Amino acid sequence: MSLTEKDKAAVKALWAKISKSADAIGADALSRMLLVYPQTKTYFSHWPDTKAGSEPVKKHGKKIMGGVGLAVSKIDDLAAGLLELSELHAFKLRVDPANFKLLAHCLQVVIANMFPKDFTPEAHVACDKFLANVALALSEKYR
Amino acid sequence: MVTWTDFERATIQDIFSKIDYDIVGPDALSRCLIVYPWTQRYFGSFGNLYNAAAIASNPKVAAHGKVVLGGLEKALKNMDDIKQAYADLSVLHSEKLQVDPDNFKLLADCLTIVVASQLGKDFTPEVHAAFAKFLAVVVAALRKQYH
Repeated sequence: MSLTEKDKAAVKALWAKISKSADAIGADALSRMLLVYPQTKTYFSHWPDTKAGSEPVKKHGKKIMGGVGLAVSKIDDLAAGLLELSELHAFKLRVDPANFKLLAHCLQVVIANMFPKDFTPEAHVACDKFLANVALALSEKYR
Repeated sequence: MVTWTDFERATIQDIFSKIDYDIVGPDALSRCLIVYPWTQRYFGSFGNLYNAAAIASNPKVAAHGKVVLGGLEKALKNMDDIKQAYADLSVLHSEKLQVDPDNFKLLADCLTIVVASQLGKDFTPEVHAAFAKFLAVVVAALRKQYH
């Protein structure tokens, strides 16, 4: 389900509206994922606290959104653009790729929650496709 | 056996008292048909589903969205045995409608997103988690009679 030109335009338009709140979105999405899908906490056993608003969650949410922003800028070739991140996730972090879907869902819940008027069904489908393609690019180096 | 905390029970009742059934049901179903177009396979008799605008304004989609919300109300009223309350619905979806049960999760995700957009600040992570648990139990109950 690759991205059409229409999808890419919709993703860039949505990103333009939400990117100023990227840090807040990332922190909120990450804390929701850890709460709604507790199995994801297994990747963060080295953090003293996984609750919403905690320092590690805020810091890491910001890092994740940096990755999302990078993906938006490399939307025409995600596999090449996210190569380093893919190697990181494949060889060092070894996050089961099934979890990418969970974070993608939480990101979209937060965007819908914070930007209800902008997260139209059209924006939603483009965003969902985009995040699925990001997940695919991140899984590229796994095997 | 699903156990609900007092917070979860109260939260789920509260969500349903706050949302507008006539908006959330139709919105969630039309979003599902738009975002996951393969789900349109089950709605061949609904007429024009050619694009997002057509889906969003289709009266049969809207009517069916309300039916789905009505089904959720049944779970709301029988929270201590949703599996039993949904036995007939599960058989219906499996044997008559022949819906791939993986689709239930897709609709549940769209419902979560629509409720998130409706409730704003009230849709805290804890409220979100309670709602997600409720929908997961509903989806499991709907899958139960598939053989």
